[in-house]
Amino acid sequence: MQATGFDAWAVSLVVFLPLLGALVMLAVPSKEEETHKLIALVSSLGALAAGIYILVQFDYDNTSELQFLVDKSWIDVINSRFIVGVDGLSLPMLILSLVVVPLCIVYSWQHIPEPGNPKAFLMLILVLATGMNGTFVSHDLILFFVFFEIVLLPMYFMIGVWGGPERKYASLKFFLFTLFGSALMILSFLALFFVAEDPSGTALNTFDMRALSQWAGAGLSLTTAVVIFGGMFMGFGIKVPMFPFHTWLPDAHTQAPTVGSVILAAVLLKLGTYGFIRIALPILPRAAEQWAPWIGLLAVIGIIYGALGCLAQTDMKRLIAFSSVAHMGYVMLGISTLTTLGINAAVFGMVAHGLITGILFFVAGSVKERYHTLEIARLGGLLKAAPRMGWILGFATMASLGLPGLAGFWGEFPAILAAYQPAPALSEELFRVYMVIAALGTVLAAGYLLWLYQRTAFGEPTEEFADLEIADVNQYEWLAWTPFLLAILAFGVYPNLIFSLTDDTVGNIVSAFGG
Amino acid sequence: MLENAYLIPLLPALSFVFILLFGKRFKGGDAVHWIGIGVVGVVWVLSLVLGAQWIDRSEDALSGGGSSYEESLVVVVGSSGTGAGVLLGTEAGEGAPAPIAEPVISQITWFQSGGVEHSVGTYVDGLAALLLVVVSTVSLLVHIYSTEYVRGDVRYVHYYAFLSLFTASMLFFVLSSSILQMIVGWELVGLCSFALIGHWWEDSANSSAALKAFLTNRVGDIGLLVGMIILFFGAGTFDIFQINDMVARGEISHLVLLMASLSLIAAVMSKSGQFPLHTWLPDAMAGPTPVSALIHAATMVVAGVYMIARLYPVFYEGFAINTSSINLLSFIGGFTALMAAGLAFFQWDIKKVLAYSTVSQLGYMVMALGVGAWTAAVFHLFTHALFKACLFLGAGSVSHASHHTFDMRKMGGLKKHMPVTFWTFAIASLALAGIFPLAGFWSKDEILIGAWTGQQSGYPLMLFFGAAVAALTAAYMTRVIYYTFFGEYRGHGTPHESPKAITVPLVILAGGAVLGGLANLPSPAADAIGLGGIAHRIETYAEPVNFLAPLGLTVAAPSLAMALIGLGLALSGIGVTYLYFWKGMGPQGLSERNKYARAGRTFFENKYYLDYLYNDIIVASIKWPIAKATYWFNQNVIDKVVDSVGEGARDGGQFVYRYIDQAVVDGTVNATGTAANASGESLRVIQSGKVQDYGALLFGAVGVLAIIFVIVI
Repeated sequence: MQATGFDAWAVSLVVFLPLLGALVMLAVPSKEEETHKLIALVSSLGALAAGIYILVQFDYDNTSELQFLVDKSWIDVINSRFIVGVDGLSLPMLILSLVVVPLCIVYSWQHIPEPGNPKAFLMLILVLATGMNGTFVSHDLILFFVFFEIVLLPMYFMIGVWGGPERKYASLKFFLFTLFGSALMILSFLALFFVAEDPSGTALNTFDMRALSQWAGAGLSLTTAVVIFGGMFMGFGIKVPMFPFHTWLPDAHTQAPTVGSVILAAVLLKLGTYGFIRIALPILPRAAEQWAPWIGLLAVIGIIYGALGCLAQTDMKRLIAFSSVAHMGYVMLGISTLTTLGINAAVFGMVAHGLITGILFFVAGSVKERYHTLEIARLGGLLKAAPRMGWILGFATMASLGLPGLAGFWGEFPAILAAYQPAPALSEELFRVYMVIAALGTVLAAGYLLWLYQRTAFGEPTEEFADLEIADVNQYEWLAWTPFLLAILAFGVYPNLIFSLTDDTVGNIVSAFGG
Repeated sequence: MLENAYLIPLLPALSFVFILLFGKRFKGGDAVHWIGIGVVGVVWVLSLVLGAQWIDRSEDALSGGGSSYEESLVVVVGSSGTGAGVLLGTEAGEGAPAPIAEPVISQITWFQSGGVEHSVGTYVDGLAALLLVVVSTVSLLVHIYSTEYVRGDVRYVHYYAFLSLFTASMLFFVLSSSILQMIVGWELVGLCSFALIGHWWEDSANSSAALKAFLTNRVGDIGLLVGMIILFFGAGTFDIFQINDMVARGEISHLVLLMASLSLIAAVMSKSGQFPLHTWLPDAMAGPTPVSALIHAATMVVAGVYMIARLYPVFYEGFAINTSSINLLSFIGGFTALMAAGLAFFQWDIKKVLAYSTVSQLGYMVMALGVGAWTAAVFHLFTHALFKACLFLGAGSVSHASHHTFDMRKMGGLKKHMPVTFWTFAIASLALAGIFPLAGFWSKDEILIGAWTGQQSGYPLMLFFGAAVAALTAAYMTRVIYYTFFGEYRGHGTPHESPKAITVPLVILAGGAVLGGLANLPSPAADAIGLGGIAHRIETYAEPVNFLAPLGLTVAAPSLAMALIGLGLALSGIGVTYLYFWKGMGPQGLSERNKYARAGRTFFENKYYLDYLYNDIIVASIKWPIAKATYWFNQNVIDKVVDSVGEGARDGGQFVYRYIDQAVVDGTVNATGTAANASGESLRVIQSGKVQDYGALLFGAVGVLAIIFVIVI
């Protein structure tokens, strides 16, 4: 049912207000930095306000129904339509994205990285916001693709211009890797357009995700379905990133400016996992069953491999980046079980990882700003030099290693749990092996995170920095970080906040797998 | 209180947040302990009230028989309908209704998945009530003791904050109504243990000990996670009541229970310091002494024992405790008890002796559970908490007096300087050694009887372990007392008795060590002193007969002979040690003269080389060669593949451009080639590396794959 009145505009406001802000900023001379910051903040807060309106007006009794739905004609010649809406699956991701962006802008207030130019920097963040928000609400494949791709360019420039010494290498690697995946993804989307037919044999010729999910690959040969799924797998899998397509991530993260890393970790990686759940699984369930054991395998390899990679790092930021490979492994493991519990856990894990890794990158950025290095061996005694920051790092570390009572646990444990009994079409023995490997990964995670914490926060400050006055958390940082910390705690204590939202939608998707 | 038990963990949790945020405002933190003491005091009172109410309820059930089931409806706030009535039906069918009150369960939904709601809540029964009292009592005494012991510490506020958090987590764990909740509580107490072991993190030895504790526990937690997962799928629920009930009715297959128990044992090994994952516990003594008393002796380390006791039907069926005469649980427990008792002789650090003693006594409890002596294990858990807390706090008092050392070589002769500490320590030691009529005598005796009679057959090996440990325990404690309190003072300065904040908790706990046996006096003994009514109280109020009776669990009858044997072993242990140390008899200096004895000593002093195996072989190999190799693979294989394929594609692109595109204009190939080349060109402008290769590669590959795609579809 299409939304009416203001409801019909709510989702569009969420998506396009940031873009509007960016356009307004174009007209303002770049030397008026304060004005730019204000415009950026206001427009992102405006989007957030619209998001909160959605949150309040959302019908929580029908979480699986597409709400605030708008379905307008868009590109008639290929029958692509402007279909946007929100359901229980998109809502948590959308809110995550809506909250992270203004917080990043607040953080940037005093932390515009070299070589400055807040106008350009903030405009890019706003364009990113439009892309991310749009991806989470699109229900047309072409529209989805457009938003998915919009994200690419601002991030490319953000890393390439404001990044570290290796920024050009990193930004190109990021750009091309992702583009490579996208190219295959769009091929799959096009293929779907042509191969989907209704029971009577007439081609659907549609990009409407709802119609395609309804069709769910009926009458399609399994080989074709598996190949089309493969294209989407490349598109989404690279974005996640899954082993062995992950090598762009540590480089991009390490070189990106702080807020770039935060947005990348908190939201961008989730576009891939979201795509799996929203598009790949429901549209091609039979192919998903074929792919699931392989996805599960890559996921558990990623868990162990990412953890071992972390243990080998000497740079704090690169370590956090590598930990994403491991954590997203749990998310993908959850998805690969094709069960309600697994996919619910995956969505939870996406939000949790976004918040936790986001705050970790924030802290890393602030440490770098103060010490001008992130080399673990040179740091130490953070708890002594800047006790509050040390505590926040400790909190985030504990959350990241999956301490129950904090958000990380609810993405990790249920995913491991779900692997014990995957969907009926999958091999129980195989997934039980995955389960044990994933459980082993929790030990390694505790290992590299606590080891990091011991070397950076415990002990006395190293001689090099013993006399350096290290400022503790400042007010901009408090403003930007507190929501992250509170959310990590709240979701950890009462996980139903997310589970109850996603459960029905996920249940609908999983019904195709008989689970 | 039975329905509102959630207040008990909630209050200290709030106190944690409050202390953390506002603690500094109380005289710069110096008065922060009053918040902690106040809250734990309230919790202590609530726990006693709850205990009394539980006793009332049990008495009602005992006198009213079946009708008590009507009154004691399970309170279910969420959806998880536990079947008090259903259970009654089974028991009526069995023809032997066990008169025990139903647990009081209050729950709310924690999260839902697949339309199924999973609950969090409180599960109050005799076992939980007993633990609540133990935890809140020891916690309160430790709070008071710490005002003196930790006074003036750099992180006084944080110390009290974490004491509160620990108390909250432990109480939350004890009150768990679902196994998922147990996992949460289990890990949270681990966090507090980590934070308090590493309390003085300026010194890397302390933070390493904290890391070791956490990581060792994480290893065990794999077992916890896997075991609980198996149970969840076996029973279809996280709910403890339902799981136990289903096991009692034989609805879960033996294989599932066996796998679950085997996995869960790993968790018990780490948390409750059982061989071979016990190595973190002695190192955990790096934390402040009151923490050692509270967390690493009286409460947290019994979590594993508590978990087995809570899910006892699972282990009972899983290990066929009923019919076997040896099983993994009892063996691990018995072996740990003996192994750790041996190590206790070779420590000079008084706290480490006590730590190994704790490991050994925990082994005793696990062994008791392994032979089917549920009540004996819980009873021993109770008495051990009292006298071991007393011993640790006593060790702290000694150290407080003698220049903050724990090295017994720098003590000696403290008996005359600190009489209160000496007498309380001596009483607690005798209780630990199992000397009549102190607390440890009764509980140890029950374990030995349990091993002797077993269920359908005895557990001879466990009886041997238990007997040997009884003698060894008495002996190593005598050694500690000799080195600490007798002879001449070997340290610096003049030792002095500790102030009241320290001695009063010692006296209270020593009182507990004397009287603790009353909690479950065997009936002949109770009759003998004219208190027949108080016999077997723990058994009466705490044993979940409703689950265990259908499984055929029996409680061994008291035996005078076994009591005398146990007492004789303890006395002989004390006697031999007395002769060795005080009278200079026996093979003095043997290890200096005999190389075999020296080798044995070295073996013990190196703690069986387990630390070497874990730290230098397993951890070191993961941390360095394996992690480095993985990373090398990442940089030099995966990335290299991408790079070199990229170079290939660039060359390919150039080839295409030169020889094909320039010569024959081919539609498809042309697009690929120019795209590759154009991207290479544009990249070169901003890029001085090999990244342009990627461009060529990726666009080229897309082209090729596009062709494959078109062909396939």
